[in-house]
Amino acid sequence: MPLKEIRIHGRGGQGAVTASEVLAVAAFYDGKYCQAFPSFGVERRGAPVEAFTRIADEPINIREHVYEPDYVILLDPTLLSSVDVARGVKDSGIIIINSNRPASEFRLNTKAKIETIDMTAAAMEIIGKPFVNIASLGAFAAITAEITLESVFKAIDQEFAHKKAVAELNKKAAEKLYKMFRG
Amino acid sequence: MPEIVVEASRAMALGVKLCKPKVIPMYPITPQTHIVEALAEMINNGELQAEMIHVESEHSACSALLGAQAAGVRTFSATSSQGLALMYEILPIISGNRMPCVMAVANRALSAPISIWNDHSDAVSARDQGWIQLWVESTQEAIDTTIQLYKICEDHSVLLPGMLCLDGFTLSHVYERAIVPEQEQVDAFLPEYKPYIKLDPEKPITMGPIAFPNSFMEFKKMQHEAMLQALKVIKNVHDEFAKQFGRAYGDGLLELYRMEDAEYALMGMGTLVGTARVVVDKLREEGQKVGLIKLRSLRPFPKGELINATKNLQGLTVIDRHISLGYEGPLFSDVRSALFESDIRINNFIAGLGGRDITQKHLRKALLSLKERREGGWLL
Repeated sequence: MPLKEIRIHGRGGQGAVTASEVLAVAAFYDGKYCQAFPSFGVERRGAPVEAFTRIADEPINIREHVYEPDYVILLDPTLLSSVDVARGVKDSGIIIINSNRPASEFRLNTKAKIETIDMTAAAMEIIGKPFVNIASLGAFAAITAEITLESVFKAIDQEFAHKKAVAELNKKAAEKLYKMFRG
Repeated sequence: MPEIVVEASRAMALGVKLCKPKVIPMYPITPQTHIVEALAEMINNGELQAEMIHVESEHSACSALLGAQAAGVRTFSATSSQGLALMYEILPIISGNRMPCVMAVANRALSAPISIWNDHSDAVSARDQGWIQLWVESTQEAIDTTIQLYKICEDHSVLLPGMLCLDGFTLSHVYERAIVPEQEQVDAFLPEYKPYIKLDPEKPITMGPIAFPNSFMEFKKMQHEAMLQALKVIKNVHDEFAKQFGRAYGDGLLELYRMEDAEYALMGMGTLVGTARVVVDKLREEGQKVGLIKLRSLRPFPKGELINATKNLQGLTVIDRHISLGYEGPLFSDVRSALFESDIRINNFIAGLGGRDITQKHLRKALLSLKERREGGWLL
């Protein structure tokens, strides 16, 4: 597998950075090399945040920012009015948007494929709060097949090792999103 | 040995824990804070038997580092940017007293303008204060070099303090895979700390007294000789580490990448080397004979090793993540001085100041500059 680059968009407090780390850990459990890092901004709740993950079969030496991601995960669609989430995405790439609207309604300046999935509804139903960052990785696993759901579960267990109930809820939400694409 | 995905700062802390420091004076500053936060957590959980001293400034942190080491224990601290600048008064006192303190510097630009992001201006500005400076590229290298650095500094033929320099954010806040050695392995490699001298009420001594003009120079000459001796010790400790742990970084002083038949090469320190590896690989695929020299030890400077590594080159391009304002990149000055008698063409690019990303495009342009008869400059 050649190097794959993922950019996650969210707002401060929505957990984009944590999602990028859990994604890296999931890739590790799949036997891959991985790298995750935030956009190193000044942290403010509600401000646009970007976080990045790289996944590869070989050790990852590159340390530059991610400019041409293979995949984008948009946790908060209200960012669309202020952030160009399609920036640099490869033509062969996929942009995954948390929305209950069909992909055809999103007119982004890209040749990449757009997929929408209602992460917030799943999170509200299962977690009871609109926390979609971890659950989004279930959708990512289903849509891209770059990581397995089993490894996402393991990574969630590791991240929430001291909050088992939180881990279970997030796993359930991730599984629900996974099954919406791969029933 | 367990392999985990870990933030480089936490990995540093795990490396420090394995070395069992007894006193950790600290004052928080971004981006080093995660290192001492992790250590505080380890002390609180009872995983590390050490005293953390929360002080009121980096000046005090550095003073407490000196005091604790003088009292006869292994120590650790970490800082960045203006924090290191505030330690400046104490840095040469620690080295002049031959105290083998170890400190991490998560490299960050010096203000003003305010920048929390990475460049090398903090530690490179402190390079003349008698501290060994080892620079690392990856999380694994940060863990491994921390363990090596204690052994190097505490060697009785060296007895100098050491800075472990890692790029702030660009490395310190990155999660990646790393192998954390087992405690027994590190215990077998790094013996318990035995101070060469210490403050002891039973055997009173004076530390740091005045040196009159008839003896001061001899002290400095001895420090310089200890630094030169450290060139050998860094290599030996690195080789011993490589044998025991199975991981090597060149000869410990320089790491050469695809230099066998290289005509042109890049040279730099820290994370930019990782991106440069990718650039070298791509240019090699295009048939260009290019290579890469990673400098691990800025002080002491491995002059002989550099001369040897570059003898078949036509051109060497040095990337500085700092500039000596009014002259040029300080690493470039060192390299040009070392290669004074060689006829290799050398040029210099200033890059990555205040967190500016150093991209593949930048490094490709720099690496081809001498072949294409271009001068150095700024990679903006």
